Amino acid sequence: MTASVFFGCTFIAFGPAIALFLFTIARDPLRVIFLIAGAFFWLCSLLLSSLVWFITVQISNKESSSQQKGLLIFGVVLSVLLQETCRFGYYKLLKKANEGLLMLSAEETMPISIRQLAYVSGLGFGFMSGAFSMVNILADSVGPGTIGIHGDSQHYFLSSAFMTMAIVLLHMFWGVVFFDSCEKQHWWSLAVVVISHLLVSCLTFQNPQYVGSLVPTYIIVFLLGLWAFFCSGGSLRNLKLCLTCKDKDFLLANHRPR
Amino acid sequence: TVPCVRLLNATHQIGCQSSISGDTGVIHVLESEADLEWPLSKGPNPPYMVLLESSLFTKSIMMKMKNASSRVAGVVVVQKTSPPEFSPHTTCPNENTGVYTETYDHNLAHCNTTVWNPRGNGLSYEEFDSPVFSLKEDNETEVIKQCYFDHNRVVNGSGLQYPLCAMQLFSHMHAVTDTATCMRRSSMDFSTSPVMVCDPLGGYNVCAFIRPYNSTAFGHKENESVVIAAARLDSRAFFLEDSTGAEGSVSGFVTLLAAAQALREATQEAPPTRNILFAFFHGEVFDYIGSSRMVYDMKNNMFVIDLDNVHSILEIGQVKTLRSGTNLFLHSDPVSRRNNTVTNLVKNLQSSTAGLNFSLVETDFSQPLPPSSFQRLLRARAIPGIVLADHQTDINNRYYESFYDNAAHLNLTYPSNLSPEEQLEFVTDTAKSLTEVATAVARALFKQAGGNNSQVNKINADPKTVTQMLYGFLVRSNNSWFQAVMAPELKDILHTLTSIKKVLGSSLRCVFCLSEPNPPQYYVGVAKSSHQANALTYLVQYLLANLTGTATNLTQSQCKKPDELPNESTYLYSYLWVQGVVPPNSTQRESFCVRTAVRLVKAVSPAFDLGDYISKEYSTWTKSQWKFIKARIFLVASRDLEMLTLGVGVAVLFTSLLVTYFVRTKADVLFSSVREPNNAAY
Repeated sequence: MTASVFFGCTFIAFGPAIALFLFTIARDPLRVIFLIAGAFFWLCSLLLSSLVWFITVQISNKESSSQQKGLLIFGVVLSVLLQETCRFGYYKLLKKANEGLLMLSAEETMPISIRQLAYVSGLGFGFMSGAFSMVNILADSVGPGTIGIHGDSQHYFLSSAFMTMAIVLLHMFWGVVFFDSCEKQHWWSLAVVVISHLLVSCLTFQNPQYVGSLVPTYIIVFLLGLWAFFCSGGSLRNLKLCLTCKDKDFLLANHRPR
Repeated sequence: TVPCVRLLNATHQIGCQSSISGDTGVIHVLESEADLEWPLSKGPNPPYMVLLESSLFTKSIMMKMKNASSRVAGVVVVQKTSPPEFSPHTTCPNENTGVYTETYDHNLAHCNTTVWNPRGNGLSYEEFDSPVFSLKEDNETEVIKQCYFDHNRVVNGSGLQYPLCAMQLFSHMHAVTDTATCMRRSSMDFSTSPVMVCDPLGGYNVCAFIRPYNSTAFGHKENESVVIAAARLDSRAFFLEDSTGAEGSVSGFVTLLAAAQALREATQEAPPTRNILFAFFHGEVFDYIGSSRMVYDMKNNMFVIDLDNVHSILEIGQVKTLRSGTNLFLHSDPVSRRNNTVTNLVKNLQSSTAGLNFSLVETDFSQPLPPSSFQRLLRARAIPGIVLADHQTDINNRYYESFYDNAAHLNLTYPSNLSPEEQLEFVTDTAKSLTEVATAVARALFKQAGGNNSQVNKINADPKTVTQMLYGFLVRSNNSWFQAVMAPELKDILHTLTSIKKVLGSSLRCVFCLSEPNPPQYYVGVAKSSHQANALTYLVQYLLANLTGTATNLTQSQCKKPDELPNESTYLYSYLWVQGVVPPNSTQRESFCVRTAVRLVKAVSPAFDLGDYISKEYSTWTKSQWKFIKARIFLVASRDLEMLTLGVGVAVLFTSLLVTYFVRTKADVLFSSVREPNNAAY
């Protein structure tokens, strides 16, 4: 469409991610490093899944559309599984790195906690995933036209942007929940993460019925956000305290030396 | 897609220009002249891209759209039915470069006595700020119209629903103002690879003497007297690449080619006293590029003869189909008529029509010459000459210098059940009458050159050659005869390569589509720096070579270097290796070497050699260069939706910034319930 659509969609898709990066990650170089490493791990999973996809497409029958559709579903499922596997791999690597960092550093406490690492790595996954989903669409949106000459819906750019925002947030929440359940050895919650990822990805097969894919996705975002909030130490009481601005009393009461 | 491009001369720029990033407009299909209200004033979503049919492509509509250039982003013309008459050329063609200037004869200058093209609306010489494209009526045009009908039609009073179907045209031209400016800008770049902004128009003239001279000996030839038989090769239209010129130029040069063939036998058996030069001039539409160049060469001893050697001139102008009993007219110059030098030529011509179905009538003595190459020779020297044409006063070609001057206009019709090869051989009525004209011309030339009168009646033009030439030049140039006369390395130019870059909705792409074998382009084109002519020039050269030359027994390698053989000389002749016919029982062509006196002579305006880009004497036409020309259609969304998207984006960004800031400052509180002892907190 035009520059206004380009900027609008960029802000929608990457607004929360940019805000989170600016306020929580940018100041601390260690967090930035782990963010980028997380993005790299997501890229590795994408590389592997695209390799498999490429090979299977070449050997498949290009004419049959049902086979191509089946291949697409297979590709999506495989990609999700590979992403979660890479997330697990990154978790294992971070655990080992943490021990090493502790040995090297002069301080007694770890410079970065595993919970922070969970959040940072999830956000890294989200950034890279969002970038790959959205950048080509953004590049096309700069031109003077819009989608629709072959009969498709013209809300493609907007819904892609909202979907990408949801994916970014979801990756962050999945990261937190995943690492937390690995720490606590709650394998069922791990399975829930993987299943919800699969569910969100498969919901996109409903496109171009954008309502059908976006609404359930946002419900899942909300639910997972709540879960991640509880996993990372939040509670309803804390939330009420914050919102009613009684937190200062709380801090003073619970003040502990750092 | 054929665009209208920008041409420049010493004082003006004409043609069309788009902005550098293309011009986008909502498509509107114009149904009538009254419908023009919608894009010009009533329509709520300017700018518009107006699509009109060829019958609506008139000067009044184009001028109205030119004046409303803020609301009209461009025009697309769909070639459909031809209007009853249409001539986009000026009313007085080549007004300032002919012989009728103020000094020659004040009364005859600027078409004061006869307006040659009264139907001319001058559209080809207007300047447009927006792109104008021409489309054929085919599948892609149907897609465009369908897009318009699906999205852009007003539904009974209610407003138009976005998204609307829009079209974007790119035809950005690099050159501006006039030739002097663009030539100055072209040479200002001092790097090793200079960037040209415009190119001079030009090409090659095709010349053949009956008795060839040594091609390296320029200047005056003692005791040589030459009769020049001239015709013009080129024509133009509003969209330059769509030029056809059937009556305007093809009829003339096909007649002259047939006359050259008819004269071959007689001049070899009994050579006449004077020599005959067959001259086919290129670039005549653009202020007589070819003929002014030849005169300049003759005056400056750069041609094998000079003006003193020229005895008289016979030029074949527009000669259309004759019904039996109609006449052709002999035009002469009233100023040079005053000393009676033309009467001999007229007598020879009129006596040559004995036994044929038409007669030649002289025009009124006070009427000047029509626009013709003869005017340039007359401008240099008072040489007697006649221009043969089918109009008595003004030009009666309804489609003079326009796209509709095609085979149909010449009544070139073939029975429907013939294959292309059968159509090639079929002798049409048009061909029959042109054959008679060619016979008369050949006989007159023979007599004018002092040939033996007893041989005259043996000179006859061949109707089969004429009809094959008409078919090849006006219907389909990729036929077996044209293939047989061409050189092997040139056989591909018989296909007209049209590069159509169309991106429809970014999914369909057609780059360099080989169209059906269409007739060649008649517009003169730019003068290329390499020794390459355009398809038309090569065709005429090889045809003339085959019709007037002799086949030899030389092999292909000998044909390339004939000087090593004792009887052959490249000073006098040129040797061309042609493909030849395919015999019925085999697949190999019988190629052979033709020895011919035909030469290509460079035809670029002397103004560019002299560096005089504001010359009033010579043609200064140049064509602008461009990077790419393309067109595409897509849907555009409403401004409101775009602004809404931007608003939502900004709102999301702000909200997330606020929330994140809030969470960060309150993080101690929010994430405090499960605390591990040795963790650093947020």
